[in-house]
Amino acid sequence: MNIEVYFEREQTKKKIEFSGTTVNDLLKQLNVNPETVLVTKNEEVVTEDEKLSDNDCLELLNVISGG
Amino acid sequence: MVSCINCKSKAMITLQHGSLCKNHFINYFEQKVFKTINKFRLIDRNDKLCIATSGGKDSLTVLYLTKKYLEKYNIPTENLFALVIDEGIKNYRAKTIKDLELFCENLKVKLYHTSNKEEFGKTLDEAYPIINKGTKKKPCNVCGVWRRYLLNKYSRKYGATKIVTGHNLDDEAQAIMMNHFKANIKLAGRLGPISGIQENDLFVQRVKPLYLCSEKEVRLYTLLKKFQVQYTECPYSREGYRHQVQEMLNDFEHKYKGTKQGVVNSFLAILPLLQEKEKGLVTEIEKCQSCGEAANLDVCNACKMKEVIKNV
Repeated sequence: MNIEVYFEREQTKKKIEFSGTTVNDLLKQLNVNPETVLVTKNEEVVTEDEKLSDNDCLELLNVISGG
Repeated sequence: MVSCINCKSKAMITLQHGSLCKNHFINYFEQKVFKTINKFRLIDRNDKLCIATSGGKDSLTVLYLTKKYLEKYNIPTENLFALVIDEGIKNYRAKTIKDLELFCENLKVKLYHTSNKEEFGKTLDEAYPIINKGTKKKPCNVCGVWRRYLLNKYSRKYGATKIVTGHNLDDEAQAIMMNHFKANIKLAGRLGPISGIQENDLFVQRVKPLYLCSEKEVRLYTLLKKFQVQYTECPYSREGYRHQVQEMLNDFEHKYKGTKQGVVNSFLAILPLLQEKEKGLVTEIEKCQSCGEAANLDVCNACKMKEVIKNV
């Protein structure tokens, strides 16, 4: 399936080809530690167990705002 | 779908004790902050509070919830003001200060400004390369010394009896591990929900209401409360030793849930011993011969750095 992902830190949007099932699988595929991001799906915050469907739009919001 | 442990609505976050929906997370988070303030006696009814702010998620949250705490306990909110320090970091601080000004206006909290440029003659961007050449100090070292100096000086100037900071569980766990790795017991004794071990008129005590809240929880809270925050990262933040420790702790937290909480809880258990040991070792606090602020030696660290950039 295809998932559209917005990466807040890099401020870029990418289409990702995804073969897993959940947000957790996607983060693993992207090599992102779940501790460092909040994930929204269709503008709602979701847990790592959330199941994904084709054409879902996700945002990876950066937890760390070092300063 | 993961459900909230309290009401079976859709969960937004999974914590160690279970998953929570939006409303139950907000309630859990606010109660945790209020309990922290009460448990460690961070705020006294007669305190005048200076909230150390930057416009980032932690400082907006601590400002908002400190005000809410005062209202909850019928403590006059006129006893509260905010202070922001513009370090002078290009493409970073100016944005967050705009958010902060709007936030304070809406919250009806007085905001005072100060900056490195006004106080030391140069922004951090201008001063850091010069100081680094002579001392090899990293930008975070310079920023930290000047920031603590200005916070203390201006909070005292405006009459504060306590400085409230937005330090969270992640910040504290990182600082504990950094001191541990470097065997810096002296600095370790100064951590904790109330910073500092010596009472002195020149020092304003610093307190940390977000002490037991993880960085992820704070970000979720600001998101759910729709606080206007730009999630920018300081361009220098990845240069420091702290960043390495932060990554290590996040890796551990992912593999072993509760690691950061464990680090902080263990530390709290030994903190009284560290403070007792430190009390026997502290040297008398002097007045800096150059600026009159607190110093361990004849001249304080902030003035030493100022001296390095003076003739450049």
